[in-house]
Amino acid sequence: MMTKIAFVRKKEIPPSAPPITEVGLIGWLRQNLFSSWLNSILTVLSVYFIIIMLWDFIPWAYGGHWNTKSLRECLDLDPDVACFSVLTARWKQLLFGLYPAEEYWRPTLTFIFLLLAIVPILFPKFFRFFWFSIIYPGLAVWLLWGGSFWSISIVYVGLTLGALFFLTVIRRYLKNYMIAAILAFLFTALFFLFISNPLVGLLNVILPISLPFVESLKMGGFTLSLIVGVTGIVASFPIGILLALGRQSNLPVIKMICVGFIEFIRGVPLITLLFVASVLLNYFLPPGTNFDIVLRVVIMVTLFSAAYMAEVIRGGLAGLPLGQHEASASLGLTYWQSQRLIIMPQALKISIPGIVNTFIGLFKDTTLVSIISLRDPVGLASTIRADQKWNGIYWELYVAIGFMFFIFCWGMSQYSQYLERKLKTDK
Amino acid sequence: MEKTKINITDEVAIHISDMNKWFGNFHVLRDINLEVRRGERIVVCGPSGSGKSTLIRCINRLEEHQKGSIIVDGTELTTDLKNIDKIRSEVGMVFQHFNLFPHLTTLENCTLAPMWVRETPEKEATEIAMEMLEKVKIPEQAHKYPGQLSGGQQQRVAIARSLCMKPRIMLFDEVTSALDPEMIKEVLDTMIQLAEEGMTMICVTHEMGFARQVADRVIFMDDGQIVEQNEPEEFFKNPKSDRTKLFLSQILGH
Repeated sequence: MMTKIAFVRKKEIPPSAPPITEVGLIGWLRQNLFSSWLNSILTVLSVYFIIIMLWDFIPWAYGGHWNTKSLRECLDLDPDVACFSVLTARWKQLLFGLYPAEEYWRPTLTFIFLLLAIVPILFPKFFRFFWFSIIYPGLAVWLLWGGSFWSISIVYVGLTLGALFFLTVIRRYLKNYMIAAILAFLFTALFFLFISNPLVGLLNVILPISLPFVESLKMGGFTLSLIVGVTGIVASFPIGILLALGRQSNLPVIKMICVGFIEFIRGVPLITLLFVASVLLNYFLPPGTNFDIVLRVVIMVTLFSAAYMAEVIRGGLAGLPLGQHEASASLGLTYWQSQRLIIMPQALKISIPGIVNTFIGLFKDTTLVSIISLRDPVGLASTIRADQKWNGIYWELYVAIGFMFFIFCWGMSQYSQYLERKLKTDK
Repeated sequence: MEKTKINITDEVAIHISDMNKWFGNFHVLRDINLEVRRGERIVVCGPSGSGKSTLIRCINRLEEHQKGSIIVDGTELTTDLKNIDKIRSEVGMVFQHFNLFPHLTTLENCTLAPMWVRETPEKEATEIAMEMLEKVKIPEQAHKYPGQLSGGQQQRVAIARSLCMKPRIMLFDEVTSALDPEMIKEVLDTMIQLAEEGMTMICVTHEMGFARQVADRVIFMDDGQIVEQNEPEEFFKNPKSDRTKLFLSQILGH
């Protein structure tokens, strides 16, 4: 006998709640920690190892001494716990290096302003305060290095005048961006060559505002890490974008320059570049030029991470379907419009993990400047350990330094995850 | 169904003469001659690899031709970037895979080009965009992202996005090929509506029902050449060339 193949649904089945073992805490535990015998064993083992590690670490750290005069004293009291007294005694040095003690307020204020200046960049709803992010670099340089307020401000004045000149030429006279840019460049150069110095001199006489000068070799500790790290991050990002675009360019010369630069910089260890910055660069520069050592290091670190950044962004660009380029072209957008509005927003979004990876790497690589005898926290750790009182200490110092770096890097990673969630548009 | 022919004018919208294109050594388009008049609706069909997509992509310079000339709205396509951008802003294109901008909402997809290319104020651009979204019957999806829409809805947004530039010519490149059967109709209906309003259109498509209903002319291509062109009635009833007969029997045969 044949079975009937005709079938018609008689009643609709309404949706119902899932079984209790699949939801809530129990469901989560079952799914994530105890989903099979093997997973249950691994869960128990992992918990066991975590407990063992904390078993020793917590009493060591919690019972640590904070107020002894030397390592000897710590060991005499209790050799089994941490001797954080070294931090109590030397924390100012770890934060500010050799910066003059009576001027500590300056790097502190610079740091507070830094936190304020990055808010408009990180969170678009505060974008109306972006002007502060723009004046921040000048403000930071003035606060950290000191000198006349006017000699920093004049840079802003010159650049603003140059930009206005450019816009005026474009609006009023000719609509050729290339020629306008060259004219604006000449205008700005003339301003800095002939007008800015007398003007600064005049302003210094009329209204002298200045801070005591602090030389670059005095910069140290986390102040130095942040100077190099933050400048490197901010500067390497746009350079990386341009290099990535250049590498994809149809113009062979631009492409060759970008590929050559990226491959060369990536192929050379950062330490080598830092040595070049500290020693060799003087051979290439005209005799008598004294190129600031921190600036040289910042440039090298920037170029180094820009090369990595370019490759990360190129990965993002490669991940975009060709259709996006075609669609934006078919709407009549120019190359730069389509890069800015369509391609880059998407390519950068894909590259967020890689970009933040490069940022974090750069920030930690700033510790390499200790090799060329700049006093970043790691360099200072050696200095502190050379002191008779703290000779032989290492755990406490490096744990503290590591912890500080961890806070910054973890912050960057958290922000990137927030950004990825926020930019998610497919659900 | 009667279709309106009153729209076709004598004005030449696109003039292609002796146009040739190669991909490397592969001669993909050979001696293409084609004149499209304003208001004319053309369907281009042919087997895959026949060069039909390449042909319409040459019209807005997504592909560069190597010989012959293409004149769109009186402007010849050369390497001059300004001309190219100008022509592209007058010629709308809809793609097989929609190519919506996934990081922008439906509305932003529609307002972006008018605001940046035409420098339309945001308010006006939004009004135009809503009008176009209404025309393709999805104004309620304006604030959603493309990833949240169905294929058919995405394609209609893509059409609206092109229309926001108030193009004088529309190119459709196999716009229903990537859609589920249930969604093809909603996109075709939009295109039919557009055709009835007198838009100059060139559609690469295999939807022969659509060709019958709206086309003023059907062009059959094979091996990079125009093999046959005719009014749809004649084209389907009395194909002249053997290649056309074979093609039609293949696609209409079941």
